[in-house]
Amino acid sequence: MWSLPQVTLRFWPVFLRNLLVWRKLAIPSLVGNIAEPLMWLVAFGYGMGALVGKVSVSSPQGMVEVPYILFLASGSICMSAMQAASFEALYSAFSRMHVQKTWDSIMNAPVGLDDIVFAEMLWAAFKALFTVTAIIGVMLVLGITHSPKLLLAWPILFGVGVTFSCMALIFNAMAKGYEFFTYYFTLFLTPVMFMSGVFFPIEQLPPTVRLVAEWLPLSNAVELVRPLFMDHWPQNALRHVLVLAAYAGVSFWIALALTRKRFSK
Amino acid sequence: MAEELFSVSNLVKRFGDNEVVRDLSFSIAPGECLGVIGPNGAGKTTTIRMCLGQTAPDGGSIHAMGLEMPRDARAIKQQLGVVTQMDTLDPDFTCAENLLVYGRYFGLRDKDIKERIPSLLEFASLTSKANAKPGELSGGMKRRLSLARALVNNPRLLLLDEPTTGLDPQARHLMWERLQLLLQQGKSILLTTHFMDEAERLCSRLLVLDHGTKIAEGTPRDLIAKHLEPDVVEVFGQGAMALVDSPVRAHAARVEVSGETVFFYTHNAHNLLEGLSAFPQLRTLHRPANLEDLFLKLTGRQIREDA
Repeated sequence: MWSLPQVTLRFWPVFLRNLLVWRKLAIPSLVGNIAEPLMWLVAFGYGMGALVGKVSVSSPQGMVEVPYILFLASGSICMSAMQAASFEALYSAFSRMHVQKTWDSIMNAPVGLDDIVFAEMLWAAFKALFTVTAIIGVMLVLGITHSPKLLLAWPILFGVGVTFSCMALIFNAMAKGYEFFTYYFTLFLTPVMFMSGVFFPIEQLPPTVRLVAEWLPLSNAVELVRPLFMDHWPQNALRHVLVLAAYAGVSFWIALALTRKRFSK
Repeated sequence: MAEELFSVSNLVKRFGDNEVVRDLSFSIAPGECLGVIGPNGAGKTTTIRMCLGQTAPDGGSIHAMGLEMPRDARAIKQQLGVVTQMDTLDPDFTCAENLLVYGRYFGLRDKDIKERIPSLLEFASLTSKANAKPGELSGGMKRRLSLARALVNNPRLLLLDEPTTGLDPQARHLMWERLQLLLQQGKSILLTTHFMDEAERLCSRLLVLDHGTKIAEGTPRDLIAKHLEPDVVEVFGQGAMALVDSPVRAHAARVEVSGETVFFYTHNAHNLLEGLSAFPQLRTLHRPANLEDLFLKLTGRQIREDA
């Protein structure tokens, strides 16, 4: 059950399968994925932004002031990656695994369970990438940021998708029905969202809470992506990347073990 | 002796303390159709799952095409076609796309699969439905698409788990026709079924499974000859039960009562029917013994708790 992942190139046709389904439903899917975050951004960014004005953010040049909408945009893009990946790796993967029995039919062909779980993980991360790409496009049009370092934010956001899809797949493996995912979203992702510096600087949190917050995957993602939106280089970048990678690696291993257990019955 | 395509020896599977497959052995020769029959919970599906490497046996071995399961699961599945009890077609894809996507799981190139799709659809009588989604298909069409999908890799052996359950007679007959065609082409089939007419029609050999144990094996005809009297007379109506203790009883080798019906199993139907003519109020049905009688004799008439 806990043996190392045995992923082969047969993961690719499984990934292609999901891509082909998505291509048929791409427009409504993208609208759903980007409309809500954009409404939040516009309503909060311009509305609250007018009240808040500027926010102080630390940078290699010391503290700098940024417009609230830029602060929010750079945080909420990470949140969108998190949510898109989580949604895909929970609700959609569960439909394929449990409801439609798509995984069972794939495993009757020479494709292993490890290949399928890996393909689902990668697919959910790509869904996150599609979503953030569309949102960044709109942000560019709105003129919220024009930082050339966005090009680097892009692969990092894909990595954020990987991390959160790995974590979500743990809960996918344990789920008996869709209701279970409500706990994950409400009791885990929502507090994570508020503790990770998306809406307000993490420095505002009480010291003990902040200690926890600094080790949350989303706060590390925000620390990496926000400076890039402001055309700065992130500080302690290696630390943040390693934290995200550790979450991803450990979660994927647990998710795989639990999924193997589920399918050995 | 013909080389065995598939063989299972001394297979054991336990779930906790419950032994669901006990010391099961069988084999399939090339071009043969082996039927596995047995009541619900007899271990049929568990056996199929072990043959597919989806659950590991607690004992025994499974060999296929010179390879061993589960060690060579991929290499074996490369040459297998599987139709499961439940349809697992992709609802978002058309029939043609279902075949294309499934072929890719075998590492086949798109070009090669696309060349095969028209003949697979024709085989399944679904040519006109190439661009329809499974939701638009009838139950029989879905099953035939599942069968076509199982053939996408041109397998040597097909594993079919209750392939016609839930189909109407027309759809079932079309399915049988297709399976017979595959047998003529030299493919081998392992089939589980609850339909004795299906088993009789398709299978060259049958395995009767109960409580995870093989309780009989042979050709349908031999099994009937070995375990049953050639004729059955079913009697029902007012006073039928009294016949069990009447002189008519002497003409039957064996008598069974089920509900309101008395079953006489006999070598001498003529004398039995003559004796029964003294009871014109009773309704009688005279027929040759069939696989269903065999099945009920071997596995009992009572309904299982888990059925």
